Amino acid sequence: MIEIKNINKKFGKLEVLKSVNLSCKSGECIALIGPNGCGKTTLIKSILGMVLLDKGSIEFNGKSILGEYIYRENIGYMPQIGRYPDNMTIGQIIDMIKKIRNSNHDLDEDLLNAFELEKMFDKQMRTLSGGTTQKVSAVLAFLFNPEVLILDEPTAGLDPLASEILKEKIIKEKEKGKLIFITSHLLSELDDLVTEIIFMQDGEVHFHKKVADLKSETNETKISKAIASILKQRQPGTPNPKLEIVS
Amino acid sequence: MKYLVAFLFLSFSLHATTIHVGKKYTVKSVKKGIALAKVGDTVIVHGGLYREGNISIKKKIVFLGKNLPILDGQKKHEVLSIYADSVVVDGFKIIKSAYATITDPCGIKVYNRNHVIIQNNVLDDNFFGIYLQNCQSCTIKNNYLRAYGKEEQQLGNGIHCWKSNDILIIANRIDGHRDGIYFEFVYDSLIWRNISVNNIRYGLHFMFSHSDTYITNVFKKNGAGVAVMYTKNVKMFNNYFEENWGDSAYGLLLKDISDSYIFNNRFARNTSGIYMEGTSRIKVEKNIFESNGWGMKIQASCMDNEIVNNNYLKNTFDISTNGSLVLNSFNSNYWDKYEGYDLDKNGIGDVPYHPLSLFAVLTEKTPSAMLLYRSFMITLLDKSEKVLPSITPDNFIDKTPLMKSLPL
Amino acid sequence: MNRIIKIILLDILKSKIVLAYTFILAILSWSSFALEDNSAKGILTILNVILFTVPLVSILFATIYLYNSSEFIELLLSQPIKRRKIWISLFLGLSISMIIAFFVGAGIPLLVNSPDSVGIIMLLNGCLITVIFTALAFLSSILTRDKAKGIGIAIMTWLFFALLFDGLVLFLLFQFQDYPIENAMVGITAFSPIDLARIQILLHLDVSAMMGYTGAIFKDFFGTSTGLIVSFLLLSLWAIIPFFISLRKFNNKDL
Repeated sequence: MIEIKNINKKFGKLEVLKSVNLSCKSGECIALIGPNGCGKTTLIKSILGMVLLDKGSIEFNGKSILGEYIYRENIGYMPQIGRYPDNMTIGQIIDMIKKIRNSNHDLDEDLLNAFELEKMFDKQMRTLSGGTTQKVSAVLAFLFNPEVLILDEPTAGLDPLASEILKEKIIKEKEKGKLIFITSHLLSELDDLVTEIIFMQDGEVHFHKKVADLKSETNETKISKAIASILKQRQPGTPNPKLEIVS
Repeated sequence: MKYLVAFLFLSFSLHATTIHVGKKYTVKSVKKGIALAKVGDTVIVHGGLYREGNISIKKKIVFLGKNLPILDGQKKHEVLSIYADSVVVDGFKIIKSAYATITDPCGIKVYNRNHVIIQNNVLDDNFFGIYLQNCQSCTIKNNYLRAYGKEEQQLGNGIHCWKSNDILIIANRIDGHRDGIYFEFVYDSLIWRNISVNNIRYGLHFMFSHSDTYITNVFKKNGAGVAVMYTKNVKMFNNYFEENWGDSAYGLLLKDISDSYIFNNRFARNTSGIYMEGTSRIKVEKNIFESNGWGMKIQASCMDNEIVNNNYLKNTFDISTNGSLVLNSFNSNYWDKYEGYDLDKNGIGDVPYHPLSLFAVLTEKTPSAMLLYRSFMITLLDKSEKVLPSITPDNFIDKTPLMKSLPL
Repeated sequence: MNRIIKIILLDILKSKIVLAYTFILAILSWSSFALEDNSAKGILTILNVILFTVPLVSILFATIYLYNSSEFIELLLSQPIKRRKIWISLFLGLSISMIIAFFVGAGIPLLVNSPDSVGIIMLLNGCLITVIFTALAFLSSILTRDKAKGIGIAIMTWLFFALLFDGLVLFLLFQFQDYPIENAMVGITAFSPIDLARIQILLHLDVSAMMGYTGAIFKDFFGTSTGLIVSFLLLSLWAIIPFFISLRKFNNKDL
């Protein structure tokens, strides 16, 4: 579904993505993990076309996304920090996105109902807490029944109840056969969600494995522990190579 | 026999005869009509077109047009020449006089006579319109003069008076001539209620014409406005000087004028309202200067002029000068740019007003600086100069500026 | 596109800053017209507003708005909308709302008190200046990601055109006053949109003076209908070129 071929991206001197190759198919739920500044968000933004590549190409359903925009109809994106026009209310924001999309898909209003956002429809965005803003972002990401969901730190800032609702929703969508990307630092959360893991470090894909394979290789039952053990095996000597590049 | 009876009747009853000229009458030609007339007779010319070359009147008659008969000079002749005293010319349309630069052919010309009255005529497309040469006590009234040339040298003046005195010029309209009204060596005359517009050069132009009075005339949209030179004892009251625009156009150009009085006129939308050069001892009182580029330009060669009780409104520059010597007085005028205060409420500003702005001085020296006018920079410079005069002469002031405009 | 413009327009028109801007313009204009029995003071006030306040507010407000809506732009970018459409919509939304603010605040009193060629030409130039400085704001905000730097660039741009440029011209004028530089001066004004607008208004406001000495030269250029069209075209270029550059940069920008 999404083919990432040998992409490179530099911000100034800093190489953020170094020849990344990935192939993702529908039905997969991929966790994108790695330390801060490893290029996760840049990768996501490249898929969304917000970051333009220096080299390589990204194909969506077999077509390059370069200069395209219609493919984004099939992507629901939940940003890490969603900020919206201050003066608009929740209702207006949702209406606005509906109008912009102008889609004739059936709308998926599960989350809207589950988060009970309709009660707060006439609240202005600037008065909202971080968590409520995240809820709005989540609702928007799922609203149009997209084939691909990209969730950047979806549960950060959400209360446990809301975060549970969101997780259930993600699982439900996964079962519908959608492709889902999640970035998160809370590895424990991912256990029952993801089917594959992409680990990135310093702009490179460290590994891309099925969760099941990963667990069996390391004899661990938890993702967090499995990853920890892999990291210990692979990189004993170089604690942070990024510093060397910068200096 | 018939003529004899008529003659006797005339001489005994002291009534003049009337001779009718026209298609329907026995006398068909104007010239013949005039020839038939005797001193004191009336010749009535009825409507129609008369192409008879030059028509001369050499005896005292009343020459009347009915239904605007047209006398056509066919661009070959002077149309009407008057060589007799006390002739009356009334109600003609006189068109197409010849064009020549030495003889100056005219629509109507009066040669060295007095008490001639020229009234209610239309003069269209003539070289000179009405020309009084060496005349006394003549009246030119209610005529409409129109010319169409584009170049100064193709055109003569509308009403041209030379070496005359005691002339009355009343309620004429002059449009499109070279100078609307031109005086040279004309004394003790009155110009009243005329409208002089769209003339190529000056609306009114006089030189060496002392003791004349100009009242309630309109001089508008003339190529270079009004120019008066080398004259004393001029009185100008209630005139309008408007929309005289151009490189060297002035509402009123005063050059070597002295002992004169300019009262209650209105100068609006001229490049310069009044331009004074070598002018002395004149009083400019109760005039309105409105929306002019320069309200007044007073060259350094002017002295002892009094500028009192005028309104300066919406002018780009109220006053400008080319020197630093101030020999003229400005008192009790209203300046709309005055920003002072009046604490004792006597209607007179407590701070003197500097009518001369820094930028007016700058543009006088470097005219292209006009490009920067009203830019923020210049406004700042002007404001600081008003507070602390350094370039503009600091005695160039109105000590008693009025707080409210005068009701003029 | 219309939907996005409408959304942005409503968002801006509801913002307190724009309301305050409109309100202040209105108070300034109405009071300066009411103060004097002739309209000269009011016209001058609005002239200064056009040459000074309008550029400043347009460029500052637009720059800050763009920085503040960077997340909103990201939100739009994740939607199936063309990039250039987003940027153009933002530009139109900002320009239109600033024009509305200017028109309501200063334009209406202007047309009521001076319904002649001066009023109309001032109104037109005010609107153009608004658009031009909005476009310059787009350029300065795309040049740097740093908000403080971007606002700094915006203020410098304004300062340059409102003040420094004229100082430069004045300096040139006096340096070269012995040479026939009038034509060159006319050319130089093309490099400042504020000067172009100012001279156009000047030719209508101070028509009597501009017809004088050198006025003839300015009048020959700006006063003819060709000159008028050329200077309006130049003003339009001042809006189009900075915006076009910013559009190209936006198209190739990582967000």
